[in-house]
Amino acid sequence: MKVAIIRFPGTNCEFDTDYAFGRIGADRTIVWHKEESLPKDTDLVVLPGGFSYGDYLRSGAIARFSPIMKAIKEFGQKGGYVLGICNGFQILLESHMLPGAMMRNKNLHFISKFQYIKVLHTDNKFLSQTSEGEVLNIPIAHAEGNYFVKPDKLKKMYDNHQVILQYCDAQGNYDNPNGSVDAIAGICNENKNIFGLMPHPERACEKLLGSEDGIKMIKGFMH
Amino acid sequence: MKAIVNIHLKPGVLDPQGKAVHHALVQLGFKGVEDVRVGKQIILTLDDSLSIEEATKEVEQMCEKLLANTVIEDYTIKIEK
Repeated sequence: MKVAIIRFPGTNCEFDTDYAFGRIGADRTIVWHKEESLPKDTDLVVLPGGFSYGDYLRSGAIARFSPIMKAIKEFGQKGGYVLGICNGFQILLESHMLPGAMMRNKNLHFISKFQYIKVLHTDNKFLSQTSEGEVLNIPIAHAEGNYFVKPDKLKKMYDNHQVILQYCDAQGNYDNPNGSVDAIAGICNENKNIFGLMPHPERACEKLLGSEDGIKMIKGFMH
Repeated sequence: MKAIVNIHLKPGVLDPQGKAVHHALVQLGFKGVEDVRVGKQIILTLDDSLSIEEATKEVEQMCEKLLANTVIEDYTIKIEK
């Protein structure tokens, strides 16, 4: 599998992401945002975490207009797999490649900690190697992760299995660190080829880091 | 010519910053404050050759494309010659 990891000015998780996908045996290329095309035969585009353009104006609002984004949009429209992690998720929302928007965390804090999340649906490539209802332990680190989407749109997303990850406690009960509507941690588009989540699977890719659950998630793309 | 763009969260969308400021004001003894909403203001200096109408149209497009996220934010535009 060929993974293109996109680097914007201010991205800071590209090497962790590179390392994690290396652990599952993927070919990786880090691609500068000024490029206008993706490497040949790219199977998956990852927009990693960080603070693209210093989070100025709104997180992801300016990165959305980087030259590479046009190619990523076309890639996604053709069914290519795209994964946005944290700031990458924010960029996908600002680009309208995923529905909804991010607001400041309800308590206004930058939250950086391990957080349990629950898998709601596995009928998508990303979570295909996890099981429904499974509780994963994955770090979160964000100030704007308070997910909002209009109720009518949200209903459609539920009907179509697009709400795929939800914050929870160790037992899988409701927990909401940032105020997201229905404690939503991750979603996908209608065609289930574009994914966004606030938690960082790449930071949970070996026991030494406290959890290997992230590997279970990203492994889905290899199948 | 200046364009003054005010951007704020839509009514009904929870504004955590506004809530925190409200709380602080009440703590300071300002009892009469019923609600606080925090927004941002962007001031653009525009080419004087544009008419007010043209400038408004142009700034509207800027708001829709970049300055505001219309999923959660509203904006108002004021042009000053």
